[in-house]
Amino acid sequence: MNIVSLWEKIIGRQEESKTFAKQRLQLVLLHDRTDIPYECLDKMKKEIFEVVSKYVDIDLDALDVSLENVDQCVALVANIPIRKNRNLINK
Amino acid sequence: MNGRVIVVTSGKGGVGKTTVTANLGMALADLGERVVLIDADIGLRNLDIVLGLENRIVYDIVDVVEKKCKLKQAIIKDKRQPNLALIPAAQTRDKTAINPSQMREVCNMLLEEFTIVLIDCPAGIEQGFKNAIAAATESLIVTNPEVSAIRDADRVIGLLESSENEMKEPKLIVNRIRQEMVKQNEMLNVEDVREILGIDLIGVVPDDESIITSTNRGTPAVMNELSLAGKSLRNIARRLKGENIPFTELNDNLSRGFFDSIKKLFAVRR
Repeated sequence: MNIVSLWEKIIGRQEESKTFAKQRLQLVLLHDRTDIPYECLDKMKKEIFEVVSKYVDIDLDALDVSLENVDQCVALVANIPIRKNRNLINK
Repeated sequence: MNGRVIVVTSGKGGVGKTTVTANLGMALADLGERVVLIDADIGLRNLDIVLGLENRIVYDIVDVVEKKCKLKQAIIKDKRQPNLALIPAAQTRDKTAINPSQMREVCNMLLEEFTIVLIDCPAGIEQGFKNAIAAATESLIVTNPEVSAIRDADRVIGLLESSENEMKEPKLIVNRIRQEMVKQNEMLNVEDVREILGIDLIGVVPDDESIITSTNRGTPAVMNELSLAGKSLRNIARRLKGENIPFTELNDNLSRGFFDSIKKLFAVRR
């Protein structure tokens, strides 16, 4: 064990660095491969919110738009949680 | 013209392309192939010094392309291994001194005499890279188990896949792996790298001080029976020739040499 990882174990930062490396690489490669900058995703998220809000009530904070690896391809995935539809409760 | 033109590339500099090229060249020559190495790193030549042939250079690839000499005059035959030859890069020019079609022409001529042309690609993705891949039909991607090297390797794989050449699937060499760090989960393991890059593995080379000492002497590590890196590199050469060699470098029992064997003798078993 080298002195750096020994120190990190002492101060309580237990997570092994390789997990960070793998996660960061997978994320950065998705962006590198599709050439979509992070700010673009932010803009897309706001516009998706505006469009979908016309039809259903959605929570902007819970809205998630990101790139994912799906079956060897890169996919743009939007998770859009819909707030309780008030009409359903009244029925 | 039956022959193979293989480019050794990586994107990132310093990951081991030149070391791999020199050693694979020597190992393939030892296995009976007639191998010529081309140093495509014009302006920053290193293949010559790693091979210990730096004092034999008279003409280089730019001289050939500018017709200042015949191709034959630029070919340096290795006195230790007659199956191995080198065409050095120019040191006082830059990557614009040759273009892809000139590289293709040189490689085609070389295939009349040699069975394998192994090209040491410079770092980067600009003119030097384009020259190096111009004539290649196969590629070896050298990377280290480390974030920036992998990121750059990914970019290079993407460029190779979208290039106009008819190239076979690139093959991966994970260089400078450190088993102790892998065991502590402080270094990406070979499977992680393979999974992230999505190409087939052809070799794993451990980080090994014998590479430094071999370069110091100008004798490739594959010539040293005690070198672990040398052994891995010889295995890659055999795989390139179609042999199915298991990846023993991934084995936890990898002995790191004489003193480790002694340590194991005296180790307390829990």
